[in-house]
Amino acid sequence: MYAFDFVRPKTVAEAVKALAAEDAQALGGGQTLIPTLKQRLAAPAVLVSLSGIAEMSGVSLSGGTLTIGGGTPHATVAKEARAAYPALAALAGGIGDPAVRSRGTIGGSLANNDPSACYPAAVLGSGATIVTDRREIAADDYFQGMFATALEPGEIITAVRFPVPEKAHYEKFAQPASRFALVGVFVARTGQGARVAVTGASADGVFRWAEAEKALSGGFSAAALAGLAPPTGDMISDLHGSAEYRAHLVKVLTGRAVAAA
Amino acid sequence: MPKVAMRVNGRAVSGEVEGRTLLVQFLREGLGMTGTHVGCDTSQCGACVVHVNGVPVKSCTAFALDLDGAEITTIEGMANADGSLGRVQQAFQDHHGLQCGFCTPGMVMSAAALLAENPTPSEAEIRTYLEGNICRCTGYHNIVKAVLAASGQDPATIAAE
Repeated sequence: MYAFDFVRPKTVAEAVKALAAEDAQALGGGQTLIPTLKQRLAAPAVLVSLSGIAEMSGVSLSGGTLTIGGGTPHATVAKEARAAYPALAALAGGIGDPAVRSRGTIGGSLANNDPSACYPAAVLGSGATIVTDRREIAADDYFQGMFATALEPGEIITAVRFPVPEKAHYEKFAQPASRFALVGVFVARTGQGARVAVTGASADGVFRWAEAEKALSGGFSAAALAGLAPPTGDMISDLHGSAEYRAHLVKVLTGRAVAAA
Repeated sequence: MPKVAMRVNGRAVSGEVEGRTLLVQFLREGLGMTGTHVGCDTSQCGACVVHVNGVPVKSCTAFALDLDGAEITTIEGMANADGSLGRVQQAFQDHHGLQCGFCTPGMVMSAAALLAENPTPSEAEIRTYLEGNICRCTGYHNIVKAVLAASGQDPATIAAE
């Protein structure tokens, strides 16, 4: 790991200021960034830790909207969101392993936007809103491809607002070594119809499976999916699974998620 | 160099570290507490697990400066006050929950974190909780038995293998 200066601001405003420095990089829980730094795949001059910002941590429910601070670890979401949004809590409780969940944060995961991460599926599948230090971004506008997001340089995710759906479920086919999703499907039934978000499958990152959403909006049952062909698109093909295998998994897991929701 | 201060096993400690100094480096090289092991250094194996403010953390994947003011417990803090083995440690000895022993500090810390959260876990819950702790001797069966015993349950209830 190359050397860098380390700062740990106490407020979002201080963090924004620190991130304006040249080659400054925000640090969430570090469960992806620290391994990346060790491999010398990143070489920031300043690391700005967000862990000391109290206003960015916590889970709160108000009028059907669950708000999670950007610095909230997965383990906290798994515990504190269980009553209000069990599908989201279960997803958070299945990321990585217990020690990773103690440190990794929702904001860090979303800022990184790994194409196989779990949280992007929940955010897109719920139609959540990403709140940053300067604006609000709808989930549909936020994810812009593998490791690409709508965030500007130095922009910090301070919170994520989830409208709690009528019912929802996340079905993950875990890659057993990395514990990332080989394919993961988040389904939700909302007042505005069904949403289906898929992670792990596409080289473009998380996406909504429009045909399945249409079928499920007519009737939210696994049977509604029967006639659908698996989704097409730029499916990932690697030693863990071919593109065809992943596409097949998307359809199977969507059915299971709907049945379990 | 920046200064860091924290409490380790109930004792106030401090030292000068670089920004890039990992918690495990501060423990092992800064404080000379070598009970916490570095296995893979890529946050996969769990040999370096310690407790930070009561929850398990891979100390190879956290910066010392990020934990300024934190309460840390390491394997050195797991023994009883009189120096005898703590409950989880004793169960690992009784049930031969180790072979080469390299993964043991992390296994004991993860097991203790599990028992703090779930005092009587099932065999399946133990195996799931320990998925981030790898034993390259593949000694998992006796590790699971040890955790069952440490929770006051009968380890003979799981299949002999």
